[in-house]
Amino acid sequence: MGTLAQVNLSEKTLEIRLKGDWTSTQKLPAFQDMVADLKAAASLTEIRFNTAHLTAWDSSAAVFLFNLYKYCASRDITFNDAGLPQGIKKLVGLAAAVPEKKDSKTPPEKQSLLKAAEKKYRDMISSIKTTLAFTGDIAMAVLRLIQGRSSMRRSVLIFQIQECSSRALPIVSLISFLVGLILAFIGAVQLMMFGAQIYVASLVGIAMIRVMGAVMTGVIMAGRTGAAFAAQIGTMEINEEVDALKTLGISPMDYLVLPRLLALAVTMPLLCLYADLMGVAGGMAVGVFMLDLNVMEYFNMTKHSVSLADFGIGIFQSIVFGILVAVSGCLRGLQCSRSASAVGSAATSAVVTSIVAIVIATALITLICSIVGI
Amino acid sequence: MNTAHISIKNLSMGYGSFMVQEHLSFDIHHKDIFIIMGGSGCGKSTLLRHLIGLKRPCSGKIFFKDKSLWDISSSERKEIMKQFGVLYQKGALWSSMTLAENIALPMEEHTRLKPADIRDRVRFKLALVGLSGFEHYYPSEISGGMQKRAGLARAMALDPDILFFDEPSAGLDPVSSRRLDDLILELNESLGATIVVVTHELASIFAIGTNSVFLDAKARTMIASGRPRTLLESETNGIVRAFLTRGEENRIRKKTPSQG
Repeated sequence: MGTLAQVNLSEKTLEIRLKGDWTSTQKLPAFQDMVADLKAAASLTEIRFNTAHLTAWDSSAAVFLFNLYKYCASRDITFNDAGLPQGIKKLVGLAAAVPEKKDSKTPPEKQSLLKAAEKKYRDMISSIKTTLAFTGDIAMAVLRLIQGRSSMRRSVLIFQIQECSSRALPIVSLISFLVGLILAFIGAVQLMMFGAQIYVASLVGIAMIRVMGAVMTGVIMAGRTGAAFAAQIGTMEINEEVDALKTLGISPMDYLVLPRLLALAVTMPLLCLYADLMGVAGGMAVGVFMLDLNVMEYFNMTKHSVSLADFGIGIFQSIVFGILVAVSGCLRGLQCSRSASAVGSAATSAVVTSIVAIVIATALITLICSIVGI
Repeated sequence: MNTAHISIKNLSMGYGSFMVQEHLSFDIHHKDIFIIMGGSGCGKSTLLRHLIGLKRPCSGKIFFKDKSLWDISSSERKEIMKQFGVLYQKGALWSSMTLAENIALPMEEHTRLKPADIRDRVRFKLALVGLSGFEHYYPSEISGGMQKRAGLARAMALDPDILFFDEPSAGLDPVSSRRLDDLILELNESLGATIVVVTHELASIFAIGTNSVFLDAKARTMIASGRPRTLLESETNGIVRAFLTRGEENRIRKKTPSQG
């Protein structure tokens, strides 16, 4: 155990004896107690050391002595390090060599509420501006594509279509089947009270095909593909790969964003159609096994109650969601700042943005449909 | 007549309201190997990003020959930028493509060469940087030094007039770094390209630099310019001297009184 002894050689000189092990694993004397003692000795002008019985030491001894050194400096006491081991002497000397920077980094000032609100407001305006500018850039890129002047590469588009179509099928199957099942369960409990089990087919059919199929695929693709877009493009941004594209005269819009946008806009309706099918199948499973309905009966009821307009609305929504997911993924990726944690937050923010956008778009489309009357 | 290849006039650059460097004016002449040097965090790389047209200056102008980079239409600017080759700090190869595809992409985009011609050129550029036979490797499968050389091959894909290097020796061992320097010198000689290098590697600075500018983080502007060797001999500014001598002079001066 490390111990400390003080020997007053005279009024003005103090000898400090360090004994035993001064290592992190030992219980060591507290510096504060030492300072309290030193404060009492007002006429002190020199501190010496005797370390004849010091057996081992590490940073804890050096920290203690460095603190003492600083205290001595503040009180104009001579810190006579002659008695210290060579290693500690050098460490303390090294730590004391460069004076502490006083004005280095002040903790952020506490802002007034008004100031903070102003900053939030400015941030919001600038983020709206960049989003609008990005949307404009995409519109221009699509225009170039239509005019046939785009430098988008077919191979990249095909690769992206593959990435966000067949590979998404398993997860889309599972989720849509279960959503159909859940809808049917909820409906069945209510409808059985009136003996109207057969209307479960209508409920599941309309809900899946008109809204839920598109929304569920949208959410899945936001988590699966939107996040991947943001992470891929964000990593490229950090590795300066996006800069390399720009300096070689290849537009990141044409090369990175457009293929992803088109890929999702093409595959989302297909996935949505598939999700509709799986949802209805999920409903049918409940209908057949729990409500004792006939398969054909269920199928006919679904066919009878779902109109072509419902289908159209569902497919239209899925195209819109595909575009929203791709745009938010690419936008967040390109906005990625240059640090490792930035890719993570870009992916998170891409998912959040796309899901919010999907919900808002669903609400708007539903509202418009009810006003128009389809 | 102005013979400068690149001419910087009173350039100020910054992020938002924070100014990194102000009032920079210097010329880069044809066939120069121009060094942009300075301590860490002084804005060397930021200056490079301005020179290659990735960032718009807060004020001031950048001329290429006689065209001001930001006073022309964006399609004209793209034309100018096509004459650049840039080697980024970590190579910045597109990781989803093989080396051959990386080098071929700019040619496919901007030239009407036949695929066979492109293949030949890719092989030639890779041979120039000593990477023959690595056509079908992915960037992640080769070492950092090789990635940089492959990045250089890609930078040379369109036979640029100007090559920019962002810290070419960062993360390379002394021998590889020396080899890259030699390569830069040879390209400068054989291609006749103007070369701009951002670095703080003293050995490179003296070995290859024909002209330079020294940026200081505190003064927020350039405090010296000229041929690095000449600067070493005749520069009087303490910060520049300390930089060029690794602070040796100060240490000697500090030690002398106590020893003598």
